[in-house]
Amino acid sequence: MSLTLRTYVMFAVVIVLIVGTGFVQSWNSALLILNMGLVSAVMALGVNLQWGIAGLFNVGVMGFVALGGLAVVLTSVAPVPEAWAAGGVRAWVAVLIGAATVTASVLVWKRMRNAWIMIAVLIVGFVIYRYVRDAGVDAIESVNPAATGFLGGLGLPVILAWPVGGLLAAGAAWIIGKTALGLRSDYLAIATLGISEIIIAILKNEEWLSRGVKNVNGLPRPVPNEIDLQNDPGFVEAAAGWGLDPTTASTLYVKLGYSILFAVVLVILLVLAQLALNSPWGRMMRAIRDNEVSSRAMGKDVTFRHLQVFILGSAICGIAGAMMTTLDGQLTPSSYQPLRYTFLIWVMVIVGGSGNNLGAVLGGFLIWFLWVQVEPMGQALMNVITMGLPEGSGLKAHLLDSVQHMRLLTMGVVLLLVLRFSPKGLLPER
Amino acid sequence: MDFLNALVTLANFVLIPGIAYGSQLALGALGVTLVYGILRFSNFAHGDTMAFGTMSVILFTWLFQSWGLSLGPLPTALLAIPFGIVATAALMLGTDRVVYRFYRAQKAKPIIFVMVSIGVMFIYNGITRFILGADEQRFDDGERFIIRARDFKEMTGLDEGLTLKTTQGLTVVTAVIVVAALFWFLNNTRTGKSMRAFSDNEDLALLSGISPEHVVRVTWLIVAALVVVAGTLYGLDKTYKPFTYFQLLLPIFASAIVGGLGSPLGAIAGGFVVAFSEVGITYAWKKVLGYALPDSLAPDGLVQLLATDYKFAVSFMILVVVLLFKPTGLFRGKSV
Repeated sequence: MSLTLRTYVMFAVVIVLIVGTGFVQSWNSALLILNMGLVSAVMALGVNLQWGIAGLFNVGVMGFVALGGLAVVLTSVAPVPEAWAAGGVRAWVAVLIGAATVTASVLVWKRMRNAWIMIAVLIVGFVIYRYVRDAGVDAIESVNPAATGFLGGLGLPVILAWPVGGLLAAGAAWIIGKTALGLRSDYLAIATLGISEIIIAILKNEEWLSRGVKNVNGLPRPVPNEIDLQNDPGFVEAAAGWGLDPTTASTLYVKLGYSILFAVVLVILLVLAQLALNSPWGRMMRAIRDNEVSSRAMGKDVTFRHLQVFILGSAICGIAGAMMTTLDGQLTPSSYQPLRYTFLIWVMVIVGGSGNNLGAVLGGFLIWFLWVQVEPMGQALMNVITMGLPEGSGLKAHLLDSVQHMRLLTMGVVLLLVLRFSPKGLLPER
Repeated sequence: MDFLNALVTLANFVLIPGIAYGSQLALGALGVTLVYGILRFSNFAHGDTMAFGTMSVILFTWLFQSWGLSLGPLPTALLAIPFGIVATAALMLGTDRVVYRFYRAQKAKPIIFVMVSIGVMFIYNGITRFILGADEQRFDDGERFIIRARDFKEMTGLDEGLTLKTTQGLTVVTAVIVVAALFWFLNNTRTGKSMRAFSDNEDLALLSGISPEHVVRVTWLIVAALVVVAGTLYGLDKTYKPFTYFQLLLPIFASAIVGGLGSPLGAIAGGFVVAFSEVGITYAWKKVLGYALPDSLAPDGLVQLLATDYKFAVSFMILVVVLLFKPTGLFRGKSV
């Protein structure tokens, strides 16, 4: 089967799976899978750019996704004037001082190569930073802590948060890339793993910025609210015309709205990624991936190119993260788990086919579908297995309870099987 | 008197927890370093192997407790460790046979191994949660303290108390025994020597008739033992929760790299460096400084450099500093 035909067949399978869910379960669940599938596909596209095309092993996807989520809060939430008056400027000045301290210490090291002066700069800067920060942050966090207790955002339209999420992630990627690229592959992996944990720790702890574990609820939405639709006589009439009750119709309408927005983003990014892959730039990146030494000999700046593609890929993950938080309507820092947001995306890329953009997108949809559907499937399977056990037995209850953990097991098995028997993935690189 | 009080406070909140945590990290890092030295990849499944091992120890502990077996003042878990090691070793050898051996035969690149280990991580994580759930479990029993704060105050007449938990004492003693046994094994036995030879130069080792599969098997056995001991001690000392064990991956990697990947001595030193930095940077120094400094200089704030939740940031900073300035680590491990 040629690759083109294979691609069509595979995507047809995805469509059948999602439409099938619509018929068998409900159209709401089908659209839910489709929406998160679209977001996952964007994330997978970002990781594929880094791994599939440039061979960079980034396991900090979760961090960039979370930064995208932060961007939604910072861009779209209405600002809290009392908090700004209490210490907003002071808190941000402290952040600037912190950044200046780090920059200064890096410069000192580069110019003078003297570790002691660098440490002195860091210590002095840290003391000033804490002095400026603590009072400001305390003031912000004590402004109506139950309802706000943070600075809020800029109050801009939420769609703007998506590119901003990309920019935030790109900025973080620049800093990480500057320090960690150039290390050997598994060191880069460990470094990015660490960075992502730190980003989550920041989101959880810096309450003045992100409201921490108190979460930010009720984020603005780019689509209408279900309640408004249900109260709109025109919409109710139209729903009746389609033969739907207003509640179902409104939820479907909203989800479909998200699907269209996400699909537009995915198509734009996919087209760009395809153009990049087939351009001289893409060929150069693959050449660097396949043989760094000879690319260097050909006069390519490997370190710079790595940095470039690392930033691009991370920015895409940031955009996806912002889209996801918009879809959820809330930022919940404690919900970010590496297995779900880093390693699952990796499974998507590997299963779909690393190096092939369409493969990554396919993997995003397929694995997300599997991730969602494993639980009901496992439940059914367990019901069959435990049928013979007496009602009320401890083992039966335990087995039925544990179904929720089947997901991880399944993902591991899928990843290992693909790595072993089809290491190029479902849609191999050409 | 103030000076003694400062010293006791320091010991109580920094030194003792630091030493116990450092020993746990050192045992964990030894496992990572051995896998890296012999099999030549960073094992991302290490944290979840630890969770699995601890889980099996917990199950055996509960079994023994239901039989009424106990070690008196010591936790029953000690009795269960050997059985936990057997279960974990069986799992790891099985994994090696089914998963890793194929890639060894192919001479796959290290990065492929890392990815495979991510798959293994998912599976172990799933198994652990499947059997015992994702919740916290407590399984310590026996005497809780070696020294209680109140007894210490009465004994010495100081204002500050010193607590030494049984689990902390146990951690250090066990760690010393395990490490001593490991070094004796590596330096004095035939298999240990062949392991070191294999780690130093694979081709030469193969040439001199060392069986690679044997070396790999023994490595997994040792790693299983280290992982179970480390995980059980950590679980006894703090608490058992699969996700916490997964997160331990980062400080453990940091310890192994700081010490120099592939160097057992380095792993131990690295464990303590990371542990003391974490405890020291996230501890509020107010009390110690209040005693140690004259009243006029006593601090107003908590003097806590970073909030406790940033402890990952600490291991990460150390990692970055070492990678940038001394990529081979403190003890000249492998770099590239």
